[in-house]
Amino acid sequence: MADYTIKVRRYQPESGEPAYWEEFNVELEPSLSVLDGLLQTKDRTDGSLAVRCSCRAAICGSCGMKINGQSGLGCKTQIGEAQALADKKAAAVGGASEGNVITIEPMGNQPVIKDLVTDMESTHWEKFRRVTPWLLPAGTPPEREYIVEPESMIDITQSMACIQCGACVSSCLSMEADPLFIGPAALAKAYRFVGDPRDAETSERLTDLAHDPHGIYDCTHCFSCIDACPKGVAPMDQIMRLRRKAGEAGIEDPNSGHSHEMAFVKIIEKKGTLDESMLLQESFAPGVLGKLMPTKRAIKEMIGSLPTAIRGIKTGKMRSLPKLIPGIHHKLPGGAQDEVKAIYKHAEAHNEEFNLYIKGEEGDEEAAVQEGLEPDAADYLPTGADKEASNG
Amino acid sequence: MADQIKVAYWPGCVSRGFTPELHGSMALVAQKLGIELVELDRANCSGAGVIAEHNQELADTLNARTFALAQQTGLSMMNICSTCQGAQSECQQRLDADSGYRAHINEVLSGQGLSYEKSADGSWNNKNFLWLLVEDYGLDRLAAQVKRPLSGLRVGPFYGCYIVRPKERLGYDSYPDRDIYLEKVIETLGGQIVEYDGARKCCGFPVITMNRETSLSQAGTHVGDAIDAGADCLVTPCPLCHLNLDMQQPEAAKVVNRDLGLAVLHLPQLVGLALGATPKELGMDKHIASTKWVQERLTAVPA
Repeated sequence: MADYTIKVRRYQPESGEPAYWEEFNVELEPSLSVLDGLLQTKDRTDGSLAVRCSCRAAICGSCGMKINGQSGLGCKTQIGEAQALADKKAAAVGGASEGNVITIEPMGNQPVIKDLVTDMESTHWEKFRRVTPWLLPAGTPPEREYIVEPESMIDITQSMACIQCGACVSSCLSMEADPLFIGPAALAKAYRFVGDPRDAETSERLTDLAHDPHGIYDCTHCFSCIDACPKGVAPMDQIMRLRRKAGEAGIEDPNSGHSHEMAFVKIIEKKGTLDESMLLQESFAPGVLGKLMPTKRAIKEMIGSLPTAIRGIKTGKMRSLPKLIPGIHHKLPGGAQDEVKAIYKHAEAHNEEFNLYIKGEEGDEEAAVQEGLEPDAADYLPTGADKEASNG
Repeated sequence: MADQIKVAYWPGCVSRGFTPELHGSMALVAQKLGIELVELDRANCSGAGVIAEHNQELADTLNARTFALAQQTGLSMMNICSTCQGAQSECQQRLDADSGYRAHINEVLSGQGLSYEKSADGSWNNKNFLWLLVEDYGLDRLAAQVKRPLSGLRVGPFYGCYIVRPKERLGYDSYPDRDIYLEKVIETLGGQIVEYDGARKCCGFPVITMNRETSLSQAGTHVGDAIDAGADCLVTPCPLCHLNLDMQQPEAAKVVNRDLGLAVLHLPQLVGLALGATPKELGMDKHIASTKWVQERLTAVPA
């Protein structure tokens, strides 16, 4: 047994008072969870403390919260680990190296109903419904079940592992800046249907998500959702898959997300390193056509970037011709550019995706065999938490 | 004197593009610290996550090429860009996970006399200057080099997403403190750490061309929070963060509708100041947000 102090962000709307912090002492084994600490508080100290929970085993997804500022599940975070993190954070900025309080807050990016209970309806579920989270097959449904090859479904097993806890939404730094962003949970769910071989509306789904100014190209690639997810869904990776599929389908978007990606890819093929001026120009006004008939947005963005360029010239940061004139940036020296081109020629011919979630690391496969599973079966099992669950 | 450090050095694109002061200050600081840099001038862009978004195998092969070029020198690799670190670590994780996939990628490289070999014992690695400074150079050794302690200078750390997340990919199992190294370095150099909300948040740069408003509101908010917390400057190991936090700062100020004006230093610049280099030698005059205040806060190095 060890003693811990938890500092909980509390809020009771009926009181009319603003949110406040309250500290509680709990006594628990370090291997027990932060949720156990909250339930002990509720049981022994203050029955009015509101927290949502059910399974206590990282399956139901009810107890999403922020622990020491990090989004996750209360039941999947050991209180001993939470203490260690609180101590590390305090020590890093010159505080004590032990005995610090563990802070617990409601999830972010969602309105708070009471204490640690957030309103998931107005954010999480509304965004979730936004992506049409059901199958849209063509034709009349078969009399019995749809027959699909297991291989064609493997690709979406990672997004299917989502338990709708909202931890990724809580951690999302894009949504923090743009509340309209569709967000990681809903977009991961969108991929679940885009990648489903039974769905007949793939192209419409991708167009919809690419054309929404707060859609797939609004993700800032910050990896927060990957670390927050308790089930290894890696929502950001699913968003990148959506972008890849949208790109492959040739879908242009009003945010210039696809043209930016293609401009970047082409510049590296030609030059090996980034020609930043070229990237800006080609992202907004790609190719000859883009320059002859620039869109309103292209003109606005290019003019908008002028003050920055002028400041750069003034300080000397951009005072060189290759930085000012798109396209005259040097290539890699001594035949190295041809090597880069050869790599493009090879990879662009087939574009293999190596999904670690599905394939696992070589060592993991051996572990599965040792546990008595056939190697073939192990190939189809997701790695990580769910593999443990299926084995158990 | 501890062992001489010699590394295969990948400077990235932006340090030779819109943040030339980073490339220059790194060269100067390496010399002062006694770190020998063997620059990989034939290496290519890491793809910054954008090429992987387009074609994962292309990104993996391009970065395998860079790793192979570094391995040819017989040295470990160092980068000075959080984004390169993240993008390259992502590719390395996939390459290291499967010998069959590695062989497939190496088939392409073999035509160029190159091959990327996984080092099972971790003897070959690719580290950002921040990681190398703490883990290989050592903070004690760094402290011994300090000529002008940054006493009184209040510094806010700004990491950049790619160097702090995802933890499982970025070696946090072996080095759990990688997300507090900037604080350790600031302290070692004699500076004062400023706590503020944005230290490990996103600068917004990845969506600057796609959603300018969102992007600049992120940059502006973090800079504003650091000012409110009393910072004299920020320090970052990522030149892309620097673009949004420094180069775009006047634009970000318009979006968040407040005055900003906070110097943003590259990591080698902060180290360089403590080692006695002048702000001009470190290219601090090339910044958009004025660095004059930082200079005023620092006492001169006795001649």
